[in-house]
Amino acid sequence: MSESAPVSVPKRSRRFPYRFHLEPRLKEPPAWYPAAVSVGAILVALVIGGLVIAFAGGNPFASYAHIAKASFGSIGVLSDTLVKATPILLTSLACSIAFRMKLWNIGAEGQFIMGAFGASAVVLIPLFPPETSAWIVIPTMMLVGMLFGALWGMIPGLLKAKLKVNEIISSLMMNYIAVSWINYWIFAVWTEGGFQMSKVFPDYAWLPRLLDYAEQIPFLRGLTTHAGLLLGIVAAVILWLVIYRSRWGYEIRLIGDNAQAAEYAGINITRNTVLVLVVSGALAGLGGMSEVAGTVHRLQTSPIAAGYGFTGIIVAWLAKLNPLVAILVSILFGALLLAGREIQPSGIPKMIQGIILVCLIGSDFLMRYRLRIERIAEEA
Amino acid sequence: MDILVILQAGVGTGTVLLFATLGEILAERSGVMNLGVEGMMLIGAMSGYSVAIKTGNPWLGVIVAMIAAGLLSQIHAFIAITLHADQVVSGLALTFLGIGISLVLGDGLSKAGTVALLPSASIPLLEKIPILGKVFFSNQSILVYIGYLFIPIAWYFINYTRPGMHLRAVGEYPAAADALGINVFRMRYLYVFVGGVLAGLAGVTISLAIAPGWFSEMTTSGQGWIAVGLVIFAQWDPLRAAVGSYTFGALRRLILDIQGPTMLFGFDNPFYYNPYWGFFLQMLPYAFTIVVLVIGSRDAMRKRLGAPAALGIPYIRGERGK
Repeated sequence: MSESAPVSVPKRSRRFPYRFHLEPRLKEPPAWYPAAVSVGAILVALVIGGLVIAFAGGNPFASYAHIAKASFGSIGVLSDTLVKATPILLTSLACSIAFRMKLWNIGAEGQFIMGAFGASAVVLIPLFPPETSAWIVIPTMMLVGMLFGALWGMIPGLLKAKLKVNEIISSLMMNYIAVSWINYWIFAVWTEGGFQMSKVFPDYAWLPRLLDYAEQIPFLRGLTTHAGLLLGIVAAVILWLVIYRSRWGYEIRLIGDNAQAAEYAGINITRNTVLVLVVSGALAGLGGMSEVAGTVHRLQTSPIAAGYGFTGIIVAWLAKLNPLVAILVSILFGALLLAGREIQPSGIPKMIQGIILVCLIGSDFLMRYRLRIERIAEEA
Repeated sequence: MDILVILQAGVGTGTVLLFATLGEILAERSGVMNLGVEGMMLIGAMSGYSVAIKTGNPWLGVIVAMIAAGLLSQIHAFIAITLHADQVVSGLALTFLGIGISLVLGDGLSKAGTVALLPSASIPLLEKIPILGKVFFSNQSILVYIGYLFIPIAWYFINYTRPGMHLRAVGEYPAAADALGINVFRMRYLYVFVGGVLAGLAGVTISLAIAPGWFSEMTTSGQGWIAVGLVIFAQWDPLRAAVGSYTFGALRRLILDIQGPTMLFGFDNPFYYNPYWGFFLQMLPYAFTIVVLVIGSRDAMRKRLGAPAALGIPYIRGERGK
């Protein structure tokens, strides 16, 4: 009998000596754990990104060192980083509230563009006679910008609520339509001497910047950080209160976690679908207004339709849909975008964003499962 | 502006959407939604074009494009199937990743010089059929003919073959398929790969045949997303996918060509005299995608058809109710 038994001992001893077990987490992980996993995911992403840069013939260390220096190296570039972070913050807030309800609004980009359009229209039509007080013009621009963003969010919202149209694709299609829309106005109506941009806004349509106060405080000279950042932070705080401390926020979270339970609880999903996408669009629209009134100061396609809406998706996800965390993450991504402008090849920031998102989603799994590594016994 | 010429070119343009849509249908039939089509197409377009330039052999470019996009799709497969992550976000991430990588590796490719393109051909005899011959069988890229072959093959495969039945089972009721001894995980990996391969083919169809060249993100200009929309319109049926793809192709051509002539149907052509109206024309494919989605979801509600039952839900062995 013993002769016929398979002699597999030498083969087995050469096997990989560990076995991996996946177990669902039963307990909540400790408080530091999610942050640690996210940081780990980003580090892994940077390593992978470095490998691709090296493969493309670049020097990853030089690229990363450059990103750090060009975005946090001095008070001047730090201010520029904050300027870049502002539109990202507002679009990430727009994505946060929609994603919280598991509404995949990929259209923050288009809503941002329409917000910029609405705000510009106030100045370019013009709605007010010249030299109107900024105290009237700026709030009107904000309102109209948010209105256009909300409209652009409402369309996929209504289609989803009434006709069950997939909001991912419809909101994304609205992005392309928004780009063509502002292109028409820039080329055909508001063109500045045949160039593909409108005229520069008069100064009463500019958001105040730090450098405006340089006469009183010389330290602020040359700093272009504008009031849009303040708008973004206020919006983040309000949104945090709405999502975590209000009844409506509770409804949104409940629908997101378990739509069926929410429906049984008597929550109106149809109405909330439209409402959340309207608010989401308004936030992105406010971002567009802040960008056009704070940084670009004219309607022009390339600096407005620069992909802030898409970066906002990644930031929202990285911040775990928490509006306050989004402030911090936006600054990091502002740094990446700012420094990325000078790095060759120019696609690197986009690629790193993509890799970060992939690693983050992959790492999410460590939240729900525990990986147990077990040494296989020598002879079982 | 000759209608037949537009339709003929439209079939070529539509072939891009056809490949991408068929690929996504196969992946979604297995229960995995991959929103990364746009990214995979860009990887395909970039790698195929790049290889064709380096080697002078466009067919090698096609093969590399398909493999590259197929490999990229496996990232999504791993995250969605093995790690059970949300497929929407993972697909989005794949889009970003594909765009980013193709921008980095495709840097400078737009100025790389001339490249050998895939050949075009006419089919003898079929070419002589009035109207249809001119539209479908005259002077089209080889890939267009390959597309014709794919439509009935995919349709027959899904509906009437044993592996096709397994594919549907995995997408509709993975637990039952698992109990029958079908390896759900392997099937899903496989069909996500096939979807990636076809998306890569769609990308390289642009860069080496239909609109040759590398124009970074503008190479695909959202066609990957349109393909995802067409899947819903097509109700996961390859025949309807073909109708949708060729219609969209013709629409894209029409938009390009309608601004040319001074007269249109005996009237002054408004698009010629108001060139800026072209921006509104450019919106049409995207607006039309939304219209098509509305049609698709209405059909689904009326016929009580719909997405594969397990679409977007990770399969976890032994979990109840899955």
